[in-house]
Amino acid sequence: MSYLTLFAFLICTIIIGYFIGNRRAVGMRPAVKSKLPENKLHSLPGFHGTYVALWCGIPSLLLLFAWLFLEPSILSAMLGNALGDAGIGLSQDQLELLKGSIRRAAQNSQNPIDDTLLPVVESYKNIVNSTGIGGMVVIGCGAIIGLYFSQKKIAQRFAARHRVEKIFSIIMLLSSLVAVLTTFGVVVSLIFETIRFFGMVSFTEFLFGLHWSPQIALRDDQVASSGSFGAVPIFAGTLLITAIAMVIAVPIGLFSAIYMSEYASPRFRSWAKPLLEILAGIPTVVYGFFAALSVAPMLRNWGVDFGLEISSESALAAGVVMGVMIIPFVSSLSDDVINAVPQSLRDGSYALGATRGETIKLVLLPAALPGIVSSVLLATSRAIGETMIVVMAAGLAANLTANPFQAVTTVTVQILTLLVGDQEFDSPKTLAAFALGFVLFIITLCLNILALKIVNKYREKYD
Amino acid sequence: MSVQKTGVPMSEKQISSQVGKFTSRGVDVYYGDKQALFGIDIDIMENKVTSLIGPSGCGKSTFLRCLNRMNDVIDICRFEGEILLDGQDIYASEIDVVELRARVGMVFQKPNPFPKSIYENIVYGPRIHGMIDGRSDADEIVETSLKRAGLWNEVKDRLNEPGTGLSGGQQQRLCIARAIAVNPEVILMDEPCSALDPIATAIIEELIDELKENFTIVIVTHSMQQAARVSQNTAFFHLGKIIEFGETDQIFTNPRNQQTQDYITGRYG
Repeated sequence: MSYLTLFAFLICTIIIGYFIGNRRAVGMRPAVKSKLPENKLHSLPGFHGTYVALWCGIPSLLLLFAWLFLEPSILSAMLGNALGDAGIGLSQDQLELLKGSIRRAAQNSQNPIDDTLLPVVESYKNIVNSTGIGGMVVIGCGAIIGLYFSQKKIAQRFAARHRVEKIFSIIMLLSSLVAVLTTFGVVVSLIFETIRFFGMVSFTEFLFGLHWSPQIALRDDQVASSGSFGAVPIFAGTLLITAIAMVIAVPIGLFSAIYMSEYASPRFRSWAKPLLEILAGIPTVVYGFFAALSVAPMLRNWGVDFGLEISSESALAAGVVMGVMIIPFVSSLSDDVINAVPQSLRDGSYALGATRGETIKLVLLPAALPGIVSSVLLATSRAIGETMIVVMAAGLAANLTANPFQAVTTVTVQILTLLVGDQEFDSPKTLAAFALGFVLFIITLCLNILALKIVNKYREKYD
Repeated sequence: MSVQKTGVPMSEKQISSQVGKFTSRGVDVYYGDKQALFGIDIDIMENKVTSLIGPSGCGKSTFLRCLNRMNDVIDICRFEGEILLDGQDIYASEIDVVELRARVGMVFQKPNPFPKSIYENIVYGPRIHGMIDGRSDADEIVETSLKRAGLWNEVKDRLNEPGTGLSGGQQQRLCIARAIAVNPEVILMDEPCSALDPIATAIIEELIDELKENFTIVIVTHSMQQAARVSQNTAFFHLGKIIEFGETDQIFTNPRNQQTQDYITGRYG
């Protein structure tokens, strides 16, 4: 028996529970049809069925997850008991190693093991089997007990509907709490590591320093600088690349949105719009090597033709490709909000003798402005957070420059390079990643708040 | 059923002796494969109110929208026949639809002010037609248009507030003011009171009566009483055809056609 069978068993019990509840409720339907409450079921049979199914499923699934969570530690403790004398006198690490080899031997008899330990391996196999079966039996019984007691509660005036709706509202509350708590957890961990970082590097150096070189000597005799953590160049690089991307994406995205919603024939729209949205589905790695291998060399060759010095890793190449990547974010959302402007406003404008262009410029765009702004801000957040394209196309050199033909680097790329490979977790180099991440988080958070503010301010403009 | 009727001077009853502002001959309209209008012949008299009545889906709104070519916006809509405005075919290729709509304004069923200030709503049309030179021009157009629409006293202190913040009846009068501001010759009204309460409706009806001094008005309405109160001529549409067209007085007191009789006395459907 495996967990898969147990899971299938649970699903079956839940379905059976639903039908049992349903049938019992149908059986309790009064023969006299009337509107009087005492002459009808309080809830539809479906609610009774769902009630039983929920009592069948939720406790047993909770038990299952608890078991999956606890089983390893229970087994480990029991293995410790089984080892008996063999484990005495060993340090904690050695004990864990020993347990590991016993586990491997139990899984596959070809794994080498000391002959003296063979009895332990055998008893461990028995332990695993018996606890596994025991756990499954407990869980299966849980489901059946839940089914039995919940179906007993079904009665003509039993308020199954209220209970089912209550349970679902709790499930939905928990689901939304997961997202909230995750955000909270991420922020808290960022804050703590950032505070540690600022214990080693001064706040002003990080925020206002002009030199970024996070390499730190691992050994005393190593030839390396002590590292400097002026984050201005990398934030400037982020700003530069994001700006280039937005210069590409906003006009193209906006124009394509206007064309799609106001000019395109339904036929063109029906195939062009999904195609445009595919752009958003291309993995950023693909964009990255496209930028590094096609766009960057092309730009450099053009630069040679025009006598410009464009390095083969340039902010321009990364920005342009990133701009193309985020076009669908701008166009698709803007298209939706322009479409959402009521037809009556278009009619009103046309009836006054306005042309299509005037209607778009004077009525539709102002009315759709909040949605357009939030789509642009969403695209900006996306551009700021983008890593892959920049890593491949813009390079790693933290130059402080406004020249798009030079190599620059961004916050996300630096976080990536700081954490790739073996790291000490208490060196400022590693902790710098948290500080960068935290500042980046603050920036995107501000952008989101700004977007919300704009949307709220202009909401209810038309109705 | 008794129908109220505003007093109409005898001289206004001679329809045939007057020249039509609009002359429609053999108008067929199709939505895709479905024919919505069948050979509509009608003369709309200058400085009169002409009402188009009939059950839902009879084509009266479709016909109204032909008069300023609003159906052009609908891709699948196809027009055949001839509509003359002052003797000129409005579907002729040399006609610019923008200029046509400046001459033939429209007010819709649901008030649809732009999400802009009251002031901006009024100057929208004149501005795109290049009728405004400078601020004083604009102020004047705003004031006269709102006065003619009977809204000036209610909104003169809050011209910069959004038009969408007005009540339904005020919004509809704002839309009428917006149409007037372009100084059209004809105003088309598509059930202008159907979203309004009786008091707002009465105000709009009074307004229509005043406006006919300067404008030719065509109004689609579902209310028989409204047609009888405001219009001088009435056309009864049914299933895409004109069943009867004549003076409102005659249609409501002595219809020639049995279907008309049934409809106006409420025996239809």
